[in-house]
Amino acid sequence: MATQHSRSAARIMMAPAVVLLLGWMLVPLTMTLYFSFKKYLPLRGGDLGWVGFDNYVRFVSSSAFWPSVQTTLVIVGGVLLITIILGVLLSILLDQPMWGQGIVRILVIAPFFVMPTVSALVWKNMFMDPVNGLFAHLWEAFGAQPVEWLSDASLLSIIIIVSWQWLPFATLILLTAIQSLDSEQLEAAEMDGAPPLARFGFIILPHLSRAITIVILIQTIFLLAIFAEIFVTTGGAFGTRTLTYLIFQRVLESQNVGLGSAGGVYAIILANIVAIFLMRIVGKNLDA
Amino acid sequence: MARAVTPRRKTINTLAAWAIGLLIFFPILWTILTSFKTEAQAISDPPVFLFFDWTLENYAVVQERSDYMRFLWNSVIIAGGSTLLGIVIGVPAAWSMAFVPSKRTKDILMWMLSTKMLPAVGVLYPIYLLFIKLGLLDTRVGLTLVLMLINLPIIIWMLYTYFKEIPGEILEAARMDGATLKEEILYILTPMAVPGIASTLLLNIILAWNEAFWTLNLTAAKAAPLTAFIASYSSPEGLFYAKLSAASTMAIAPILILGWFSQKQLVRGLTFGAVK
Repeated sequence: MATQHSRSAARIMMAPAVVLLLGWMLVPLTMTLYFSFKKYLPLRGGDLGWVGFDNYVRFVSSSAFWPSVQTTLVIVGGVLLITIILGVLLSILLDQPMWGQGIVRILVIAPFFVMPTVSALVWKNMFMDPVNGLFAHLWEAFGAQPVEWLSDASLLSIIIIVSWQWLPFATLILLTAIQSLDSEQLEAAEMDGAPPLARFGFIILPHLSRAITIVILIQTIFLLAIFAEIFVTTGGAFGTRTLTYLIFQRVLESQNVGLGSAGGVYAIILANIVAIFLMRIVGKNLDA
Repeated sequence: MARAVTPRRKTINTLAAWAIGLLIFFPILWTILTSFKTEAQAISDPPVFLFFDWTLENYAVVQERSDYMRFLWNSVIIAGGSTLLGIVIGVPAAWSMAFVPSKRTKDILMWMLSTKMLPAVGVLYPIYLLFIKLGLLDTRVGLTLVLMLINLPIIIWMLYTYFKEIPGEILEAARMDGATLKEEILYILTPMAVPGIASTLLLNIILAWNEAFWTLNLTAAKAAPLTAFIASYSSPEGLFYAKLSAASTMAIAPILILGWFSQKQLVRGLTFGAVK
């Protein structure tokens, strides 16, 4: 067992990390809460006094609020759907015996390492541009009218870009989970004459359910916060203004700090609801 | 155990996997190829794939015109600095939680993780304001600090899961033999912890390199790293595909290479040990 001496040493070694993270959490959070109860316009009069819950009411009753919630849900839901379904299929495929498995894995994972501003701009210009993009050439080759992706199908475009970035993450985690599956169980099922679909539905999918849950939770937390992909493509126009982007615009673009801070508090609450579920799973794993 | 498969099945697997792999990788490949074209070839109709006059001109233009080295240097300092700082602070914390656990260790770990879940936009203005007041806006020091703080929970968690795998019996044996705390850390733990620390370093450099919320919002001209440099191409003038591609290729190449080494750590680092 640890001695008294090593206990106090341990406390000292932990102190910097704990103090820093505590400060990082409490100071800005307190300030956001403080501003959220004020009418605060740095460029137009500064601090104009306490307004109670006025900002909270105004944030949700503004005409931009519900569309932004809807946009957020569509993007998060769409990306989750695409990455999970394709991720499961892809991870099963990558788990099969084949030549050059390592290289294929690298090809599949690569998009995750591309910085968000690069992937957004490459997709926007070189694929989705209605005149010079590859999609436009492809559409024309089939005699179709090129699509104005980022204005006419803006949400779909963002979903495609973000899914491309996150598919590697889902695939990699699901692949890791699949590889821990006992292959004897699958062989036994195969010998007993279970068709591939039954093996998938009754053995592989249940085995993956935990990993899928984790992918959903982690991705949701990151997807709720996507910013750069919208910043460099549409700038929030054409119905792509998410909750995160709306708050950013309120705070930095229109410098209505009180209103933006109230929105920030909503965002924090929303993220925490997801986080609680994730933390529960992670915590359980810690005990094991 | 590898299952016996027919060569035919293996061939089909291989073809399918390669086709999908190349499809997913294609945007990156296309960017790299386009970076070697002239601007006219970059938008030629029909598009040219491999048979064009390869040129390095775009790389020269990007470096010349936009002071690329400054952005690269900012990225290196900010990503490297924040990660090193995080490791220096994280190693002692993770070490003590892994080897001298107390009743509260789990709560502390969970609390640290919860700070990672805080949405950045929720604290954007306070950080922005503090940065102005402290003179940190558009400085590398400020950005290094912020990126260190947002990655510190991941650093501590990764290190913790690695340290946990070091068998405690070895430590006890050393203690019985009269090793002091200093000797214990220096001669026993450090050699065993190095691989874990290296993996943590690698993954967090990647995360910091690609971070694109704080780097876009807290920098202007001086401290802007590559994420912000690339973002400046969102309002282009004239023909720019080849130059965008060259700039993008330079921005992602170092991280793609690092990333290939850190596939395994990615799972551990981003699922907080929940998937192994």
